[in-house]
This record gives sequence, C-alpha cells and structure tokens, in this order.
Amino acid sequence: MSAAIGTDARRRAGTGRRFASIAIPVLLAALAATAIVALTVGAAGIPLSRLPAALGIAGTADAMTARDQLVLWSIRIPRIAATAMVGGLLAAAGAIMQGLFRNPLADPALVGVSSGGALAAASAIVFTDSRFGETLRFLQSELLPLAAFAGSLTATAILYGISSRGGRTSIAVFLLAGVAITAIANAGIGLLVFIADDRQLRDITFWLLGSMSGATWTKTAVLAPILVIGLGACAYIARGLDLLVLGEADAFHGGVDVERLKRISIVMVSAMTGVAVSISGVIGFVGIVVPHLLRLVIGPTHRLLLPASVLSGAILMVGADTLARTIVAPAEMPIGILTAAVGAPVFLGILLRQRGLASL
Amino acid sequence: MSAVIEARDLGKRAGRATLLDGVGLAVEAGEMVAIIGPNGAGKSTLLRLLSGDLRPSKGEVRLKQRGISSYTPRELAARRAMLSQHINVTFPFTVEEIVLMGAGERSLREAGPLVDAALDEVGLAHFRERQLPTLSGGEQQRAHFARVLVQLACGEAEHGPGLLLLDEPTSSLDLRHQIDLVEAARRRAAGGTAVIAILHDLNLAIRFADRLIVLNGGRLAADGPRADIVTREIIRDIFEIDAVVHQADGVPYVLPQSMRAAPPAPQ
Repeated sequence: MSAAIGTDARRRAGTGRRFASIAIPVLLAALAATAIVALTVGAAGIPLSRLPAALGIAGTADAMTARDQLVLWSIRIPRIAATAMVGGLLAAAGAIMQGLFRNPLADPALVGVSSGGALAAASAIVFTDSRFGETLRFLQSELLPLAAFAGSLTATAILYGISSRGGRTSIAVFLLAGVAITAIANAGIGLLVFIADDRQLRDITFWLLGSMSGATWTKTAVLAPILVIGLGACAYIARGLDLLVLGEADAFHGGVDVERLKRISIVMVSAMTGVAVSISGVIGFVGIVVPHLLRLVIGPTHRLLLPASVLSGAILMVGADTLARTIVAPAEMPIGILTAAVGAPVFLGILLRQRGLASL
Repeated sequence: MSAVIEARDLGKRAGRATLLDGVGLAVEAGEMVAIIGPNGAGKSTLLRLLSGDLRPSKGEVRLKQRGISSYTPRELAARRAMLSQHINVTFPFTVEEIVLMGAGERSLREAGPLVDAALDEVGLAHFRERQLPTLSGGEQQRAHFARVLVQLACGEAEHGPGLLLLDEPTSSLDLRHQIDLVEAARRRAAGGTAVIAILHDLNLAIRFADRLIVLNGGRLAADGPRADIVTREIIRDIFEIDAVVHQADGVPYVLPQSMRAAPPAPQ
C-alpha cells in the first residue's frame, strides 16, 4: 500500500483529471463570452456600449436603440440561440455515436446519418412544394424535422445492422458502410435536385451548403425540446457508454442492459442529428472535433463528456457562424465550409495517431 | 451445501455447428474449478453460458437457485463477475477509471478503498493515473482483473458469496503475475466465492484448482479431483500428446513430450 497515493487529495476530488472539476463553469463562461461577441458584430454593428440598451436591460430609448432592438430580437438572438443548440446537438450526437461504436472517428455527418436526414428533408420539401403535397405545405416547418429524424434513424439503423456482428463492431466495415450510405443519400439528393423546380431547388440548396441564415424563433422552438430531452438521456446513458468501451459482452457482465442502451443511443443520435440537420443543413466535423479535444482535456468519462460536448459544440458553432457572417460581409460564407476547414485536419490528425486502426 | 451455479444438459448451437452438447455441472461456494481442453472444445462458450451472456439452445443455467435469464443485467452483475479474454479499450480511460467501472453507480469517494485494495492486489497502484491504452497487454489484463475484483466485492457486500468467472486470465501475464492472479482467486474462494477459470497451462490449472473439468468436442470429457484427471491416458486422449506425470509435494506435475518421440501408449 502506497501512502503517497492514499494521501493524494486531488485524486479524491475527481479522477485525477485536473480540469474536470472546473470544465462546466469554464465552458459556460466561454459560451456567454462568445454569445456577447456574436451579438455585437455583424452587418449592423452594435457596439458593446449600446448592447444593454438594445437588449432592453438599461439605457435610453432613441432611434438607434429601436433599430438595434429590431436587429437583435428578430434576427441575431434567434440565430445565435439556434446556432448554439445546433452545435450542442451535433457535438453530443457525435460523442454518443463514438461511445456507441467505440470509435473516436464516428460522426453523424461522416457516416451518412446527416445525409440520410438531409435526403428525407429534401424529399419533404419537394413533396410539400409539389401539387400532390401542397395541402400539407402549411405544416412544412413541423414536417421537416420529423422527416429528417426518420431519415437519420433509418441511416443509423442500417449502419448498425451492417457494421455490428455478434456484439463486435468492425471499424473498417463501419466507416466503409458510412461512405456507401452517404453516397446513396447523396444520389437521392442529386435526383431530387434534378427533378426539382426553381422554388424547390432554392430550398434544397440550403441543405447542401449548411447554413444558419434561416434561423427563426419557430425553428429555435423546435430545437429546444430535443436538446432538453437529449441532455436528460445523456445523463441516463452516460455510465452505460463508459462500460460499453469494454465491448458489448463485458458491458453486460458489468451490469449494463446493452440492448436498451443501444436502442436509446441510436434514437437519440438520430433525433439530435435529424433535428439539427433540418434547421442547419449538413454540417460536418463538429461531432468529431469537439468530443475529441474534450477527451484530451477532461477525459473520456461520459458523465462529464456529454454535457461538456453540448457546451463546447455551442461555442464552436456560434464562433464559426459569427465568422461566417462577417469575414465576407455583406455576403455570408456557408458555415459548413468553415467547420470542414477546421474539422478535416483534426480528423486526419486522429487517424495519424491511431496507426493501429488497420488491425481493428 | 447448495451449488452457487448449476448447469443441466447444457447445449449451444450456432447455425449447423454444435458448440456444446449435454454439459452438466454444479459448483459450490468456496470451490475452485478449472476448465481445460483443446482449442475449440467449447470452453469459452460454456463460460459465456454460465455468465448469462449467451442463451443456451437447450438445458438451463441456475445461479443461486434461480434461472439465470430471470435476472436483470444489473442483478446479475451483483452476483457474478467475469473477466473476458480480449478487451480492447479505444478511449483514453485511466487505470483508475477502468477499475472504478466495476463499482457500478458508486463514486470514487464511496468505492475508493475497494479500488485501492484491488489495484494493490494486482500491483498497479503506481499506474492508477496512466491511460489504459498506453499499458502493455499484461498490465491491461491486470487492470481488468482489478475491475472484476471490485465488481465482485461490491456484489458480495450486498448479496453474499458470488461467482467469479475467468476466461484465460493468465494468457498475457508473466510467470510472477500468473501466480499472483491464481493466489488472488484462491483468496476469493477461501472467502466463499465460487471460482471457475479456463486455463491452458495444465500445471497452472492443477495448482489453481482442486477440481478439473475437461471439455472435448463440445462435450464433458471428465470432471473430478485433479489427481483423477491428471493422468497420462486422459492427457493423451484429450490433447493428443504424450506427457509424463510427476508428483511434486503431492501435486501432479505434467511434462509434455513430443508426440513423435512418444512411446506407444500402454494398453
């Protein structure tokens, strides 16, 4: 028995991860700071000094304030809220999926889950814009998230069915199946683009680029309940995902109801990804980059990793969206380009660190 | 004394292949049993059936007088712990985090003493903050053994003596740690745990267990005290090698010989 170890107070406080105990407060503060920056910059600049008045917290009401309030409350705040939630959903979906597949390279956008959702959403657009579906057009904003969820769920279920055999998941089969599912979904989207009329085409193109410019309060309202349910589910499945790293059989030996865990995880990944995709279009790599960096700093324990992923994903997306709407102002860069520019090199970095991957 | 685990007429088929057929056994509290047999004899299948991980095609397994499929995974985990053979952890969990997984919902604060004791027992206390994937195969196996010991201790604190299943627990271990592991398992048996282990090293199996179960071709070939099992004839029949069986301090000791150089079997 080592006395030095027994008296190590730091270890007793957590699990020997120095930043684990302060991660959530630090991330909350960072999110608040990012949101304030995002509020102040844009096509119509609102300097920090005018921000309290524009938010209606303090200050005098003049003509300038009225304009600021309009910009903030009807454009910028719903957009920031929706962007933050989309980022949180994408990052958490990535973290859950990586736990489920025991693979740090799993990402809903990379393996076709987002594409499946996008295909279903695009189908819903074409259908509701067509003569046959026009009676349902008034339901379009409700129908899109549902269709995207169904599409993502189908893609995830197919992916799991193909790559998981006898309790083991082959990483090579998993990634290749993901490539194939993405290709099939993209072919479907291509077909829809081909047959679409001008109006439908404009709506579909929005998904292909990935953008937050269509964010409204209505869409924010769709995201919020999924995020709340998602956070609750994260707390419920966190320990099971930890044990799942041992493999399905050993997670079961450790007391995890593996079948139920897999069902909940698949439904949650599909719902979170599908709803995010229905608002923002396909945005890749948030789900890989965020959990990967967090694991390096706070460790892989899901009880902390999942909520930290939600916050970090929100920070990353709000930051990226702020860049997207300022660097080429007054035009706007599709945010998917920015996240891919940051995310793809990180993905390659993980690959390089995992030379042993071929043996899996 | 009643059996901790009991199997009756156990059979398992996978497609057309019969992995296991007509196996019956009962292991009592405090007993140490080693399962031996050639590759493909059905040893791992038997252990997975006993753990409740696989469902039998026929027959049934009873754990503490209850059908094993009637337990929820959590109830089962509180009554039997199992160490598997190959576990590949892809995420950077520390040794301590892995061992703590054995403690269920308990936090490190609650389960700390158990984790400390298990890490000391497997000789990994100095590696507790190291990331598991950076350790050698043998060290990882010891970390998982510590996790299983914590699970067993947590379960036994609530439900009394349980069942410890070990699938080739010494496959990656050096000689010293093989002996350490065997002795750790013996201590559990002395405390009332029923221990069943698959072992390839016959001499380790003899040292480990008072009772040996021999599987061959999916069937029970022999089951009894080591002195009855460890004979030149049974080793020749099961493993198809010739061996000399010595006695050292009253314990049989097997020295395998080359088959070609072997003298004809005595009739």
